[in-house]
Amino acid sequence: MNRTNYSVVGRSLPRVDGIRKATGQAIYADDLTLPRMLYGKLLGSRRPHARIISIDTSKAKAMPGVEAIITGRDLPVKYGILPVSEDEYPLEIDRVRFVGDPIVAVAAVDEMTAEEAVRLIEVEYEDLPTSFEIEEGLAGVEETSRIHDYGPHDNVHKQINLEFGDLDSGFEAADQVFDNMYFYSGNNHLALEQHSAVAQYGADSRLTLWSSTQTPHYVHKALASVLKIPASRIRVIATPVGGGFGGKSDPFPHEFCAAKLSMVTGRPVKITLTREEVFYAHRGRHPVLMNVKLGVKNDGSITALDFQSFVDGGAYGSYGVASTYYTGALQTVTYKIPAYRFRGVRIFTNKPPCGPKRGHGTPQPRYALEIHLDRVADALGIDPATYRKSILVDEYSMTVNHMRVTSCGLDECIDKVSEGSNFNSLHGALPPGKGIGLAVGSYLSGAGLPIYWNKLPHTSVDLKIDRGGGVTAKCMQIDIGQGSDSVLAMTVAEILGIDPADVNLVCADTDTTPIDLGAYSSRVTFMMGNAAIEAAEKLRKKLFAAVVEELQISEGALLNGTERLHGANGQIVHEVNGVPTGKSFSFLRAVELAEAKFGQLSSTGSFTPQKLGGPYKGSGVGPTPAYSYSAAVAIVSVDLETGIVTPEKVWIAHDIGRAINPTLARGQIEGSVYMALGEIFMEEQAFRKGQLQFPSMLDYKTPTFLEMPLVESYLIETNDAEGPFGAKEVGQGPLLPIPPAIANAVYDAIGARIDELPITPEKVLAALALQEKGELPRVGPNTLPDYQWPVPIKIDPVWYDQPPEQWVETQRRDDSKC
Amino acid sequence: MKHSASQATLTAERLHFRINGESYEIVAPVNKTLLEILREDLRLAGTKHGCELGECGTCTVLIDGEPVLSCLVLPIEVQGHEILTVEGLAEGDRPHELQIAFAELGAAQCGYCTPGMLMSSKALLDSNSQPNTEEIKEYLAGNLCRCTGYLQILEAVDAAAKKLHPNRQSGNGVDIWKSSARET
Repeated sequence: MNRTNYSVVGRSLPRVDGIRKATGQAIYADDLTLPRMLYGKLLGSRRPHARIISIDTSKAKAMPGVEAIITGRDLPVKYGILPVSEDEYPLEIDRVRFVGDPIVAVAAVDEMTAEEAVRLIEVEYEDLPTSFEIEEGLAGVEETSRIHDYGPHDNVHKQINLEFGDLDSGFEAADQVFDNMYFYSGNNHLALEQHSAVAQYGADSRLTLWSSTQTPHYVHKALASVLKIPASRIRVIATPVGGGFGGKSDPFPHEFCAAKLSMVTGRPVKITLTREEVFYAHRGRHPVLMNVKLGVKNDGSITALDFQSFVDGGAYGSYGVASTYYTGALQTVTYKIPAYRFRGVRIFTNKPPCGPKRGHGTPQPRYALEIHLDRVADALGIDPATYRKSILVDEYSMTVNHMRVTSCGLDECIDKVSEGSNFNSLHGALPPGKGIGLAVGSYLSGAGLPIYWNKLPHTSVDLKIDRGGGVTAKCMQIDIGQGSDSVLAMTVAEILGIDPADVNLVCADTDTTPIDLGAYSSRVTFMMGNAAIEAAEKLRKKLFAAVVEELQISEGALLNGTERLHGANGQIVHEVNGVPTGKSFSFLRAVELAEAKFGQLSSTGSFTPQKLGGPYKGSGVGPTPAYSYSAAVAIVSVDLETGIVTPEKVWIAHDIGRAINPTLARGQIEGSVYMALGEIFMEEQAFRKGQLQFPSMLDYKTPTFLEMPLVESYLIETNDAEGPFGAKEVGQGPLLPIPPAIANAVYDAIGARIDELPITPEKVLAALALQEKGELPRVGPNTLPDYQWPVPIKIDPVWYDQPPEQWVETQRRDDSKC
Repeated sequence: MKHSASQATLTAERLHFRINGESYEIVAPVNKTLLEILREDLRLAGTKHGCELGECGTCTVLIDGEPVLSCLVLPIEVQGHEILTVEGLAEGDRPHELQIAFAELGAAQCGYCTPGMLMSSKALLDSNSQPNTEEIKEYLAGNLCRCTGYLQILEAVDAAAKKLHPNRQSGNGVDIWKSSARET
C-alpha cells in the first residue's frame, strides 16, 4: 500500500530559502568580501583562432595596485568536465580557439585597477585558419589548422552511429516515408547572476573556494588536479546560485585563476565575470542541424526512425560528447519505435564552447521529432493528439535502444491539455492568422551514470538530531532556484513527522556535507530525496523503538501491520487499524528517550541508481531511474502584415510522479515554458567572424513580463515506483514540448512551416511570400552535409512487450509501516 | 579609503547619503556608481546586479520613491535624496507584505532578481494601490527574471496589493490566478 496521507509532502509550503531571498539576506558569491581581498580580471583572446606568439605583461605589472599576474604557464594542467575531453587550460598557453578564450589573469587592489592592467597587456598573435560553421569542420581541414589534435579527423570531436533493430526492414514495411531537415539555434542560459568565485588560500596551506556553481564536487576534483593540491586540503562551498540552467555546471577558468592568484599573493581573490564575459564563457545550447526520416504505416504506427544530428560544439569539449548522445537518446521513450538508427557528429568551431542548457541535448531533437509527427498526422488526416495517443510507449516497458520506461503519464498529459484547450475542436478550425499546436516531451530524473566512472553513491544525506528537537540535514546538493532545499527539508520533515521549519540545512560544502554530484540532469529531487528518506527512516526507527518501550506497544503488532506509529506535526501517534488510540508522544520526548537508549542520534542515507542501459558504447547517456513526461498546447496569433507571432496561451501537463511542493513545481513548469518561448522566438547567438553580435542583454532579447502569455499548468501524479514519495523531475522536462508546440501552432495559423529557430517575423513573411507564389511554403534548412559516417554499431533491440524481471520484482515503496 | 592607482587621478569626495532612513557619510571616488557604493562601500549587498549597463533591472532601488537603476546613477546626483534598498523594505522585524508574498508564493526562485523586482513592485503599489494585471506587467517589464516566467511574481504582487488594501476590487478578470496546480 502506498501512503498518500502525507502531512508535509504535497503542500505548497513557502520555500525554505524564500524569505532570506526576499529580504536581501541570502549571500551570493559576489556579495562576499573578505579582509585584504583582491579583485581578479581575465584577459580574453581578441582572435577566434590563433597561436600566441608572446605575452607582454610588463606594463601591467608596473602599475601600482597590481599584485599578481599569471599566465597559462602557471597552470599547465588540462581539465574538462568529461574525462574523455579534458581539453582546456584555465589560461591557454600557446593557442586560442575562440574570441574570449582566457589567456592572462590579474589580481589588483580593486576591480578598476585590474581592468586597466588587463588593457595594458600586449599579446602577439599569429592567426590560424578559422572554422565557424558545421560544414567547414567536417572535411578538408589542414592538420595544423585543426582546433584540437584529438577527435577522429578534421574538426570532428565525436561521431556516433548506432543502429537498433532492423532499419531496412522497418523502412520496407512502411507505407509512407517522411524525410525533413530542421535546425535548432544556439542560445545562452542568461542567468541573472554573473559567474563569481572567491578564493582564499590560507597560511595553513588550505584553499577555500566559494563559487556560484551547480557542481561543487566536480569543481573540487578539478581544482585538486589543476592546482596540484591534495583534494583533502581544498574546500569548495557553492553559494546560492543566482540562476544556473546548466550554465554553471563546468569548472571555469575564473575559479582556477582566483585560487591560483590567492596562492600567489596569500590574499583572498574574487573574480566576477561581466555580462559580456558570461556570454563568451557560455556552455549554452548547442546549435544542431537535424534530419528526420520516419517510416509509418497508413494507420500512423512507426516502422523505423533514422535520425541525424550535426552538433556545433564551439571551441571545447565541455559536456559535448554527452550532449551529442542526448540528441539521439530520448526519441524512443515517448513513442513505440521498433527500428532506430541514430547518427550524430559534434564539430569543434571557433566560437564560445557549448554545453548543457535546460534539457541538455534533448530540446533540439524533440523539436524536430514533434514537428515531424505533426507533418505525419497532417498527411494521414489524423488529428495530432489522437495520432500521438495511438503510438505512445507503454508504462513499464523497454525501448528499442534499451531505455527502461517506468511510470508514464503521457496519455493523461495529452488528454489534459487537449481538454483544457479544446484542442480537438480548434485544431484546423481557427480563422486565418490564428493557430493551435500540440507537442510532447520527456526528460530524465537524473542521469543513470555519474560523469566520471565509479561505483559510488550519487548522493548522500546525513542527519543529526539536536536535543532541542532540531534536525540538521547535510547534503552537498545546491539550490539553484529549483527548490531543492525545500525538497530536502520537506522530505526529512515528512518522515520524522515534524515541521520543515525545524529542519536545518547544511548544504553544498565539500568539507562538511556528504556527496551529491550536483544540480544537473534533474537528478536532485529523485536521488537526494531517496537518500533523505533512507536516512530519516533510520532515525525514525530509533525514535519508534524508544517510544514502543515507553508506551508498552507490542513490536509484533507493529511488524504485522495491525498497529502503527505515525509521526506528524511533532507528535508520534499510535494507531490500530488506522484509528488513533489516543496514545501519543511528543517528538522532543522521543528524541530524549532515543538518545538515552542509542546514543547520539545520527544517520546517513545514500542513493545509487541501479544498473541501467544497454550493452553498447554510449548506452550510459539516456538511462534514468524514471522519465518525466509532458504535453503542451499553444495558441498563437500571427500578424499576416508584419509576420509577428504572439503566443496567446499555453496549456501544459507534466507527469511529475508526485508534486512534493505544488507551488514550486508549477514555478518550474512556468519557468520552463518561459525559457522555451525565449528560444523559439528571439534568443539567438549570432556571430560575425567569431565575435558575438549581441553579447549584452540590451541586444540579446529575452521575454519580459509583456511577452509572457498565460500558462495553464496541470500536475499529473503517476506515483513512480522508485521515486521519493513517487516523485520525478520537473525542472527541465516542461521546456521540451513548447518550441515544437509553437511551431505547430504557427503552421496551423498560416499553413506554412518554419523548420528552424528562432521563428522571426522575417521568416514568417518569407514563408508567406512562398505561399503566395505557389511554392512550398517552408523556411528551414535545405541541405545536409554529405558526411562519411563511421561503420554502425548494431545492437539487438529489447522488445517493449517483454517486461524485464527487475520491474516485476520492483515493489512500490511502502513507507506506511514503521 | 583603499589604495587605487587608477583612481588616484580621480577626485574622491565626501558623500552624504540617506539610505533606508539612516545617514551615511563616506569618502569615495565620484565615478563610482550608486550600485558600487551600496554594495562595496556600505556593504548593502542585498541590491544585486546582472549587467551593470542598465539592461536588466536587477539593481533597482528607489530614490524618493521612484525606481532607478543604481548601476546608472552617480552618487553625486543623489545627495540629499532618500534612497530605499531591499534592506529597508521591512518595518522592524516585520517584512513588507511584498516580501512575504514573494517568499510564500514562489515569486523568488534563485532570488537574484528578487530585490530589484521588489523595489519596482513597491514603487508600483505606492503609486497605484489597485493595479490590474496589465498595469503590473507594464510596470515591471523593465525587470528581467529568468526563473519564474513572471506569473508567480504577478500573483505575489497582486496578493500583496490585496493585503495592503483589503477593499481592493479584483483585477481585470484575467484567469492567471486560476491554475489547477495551485493549492486552494
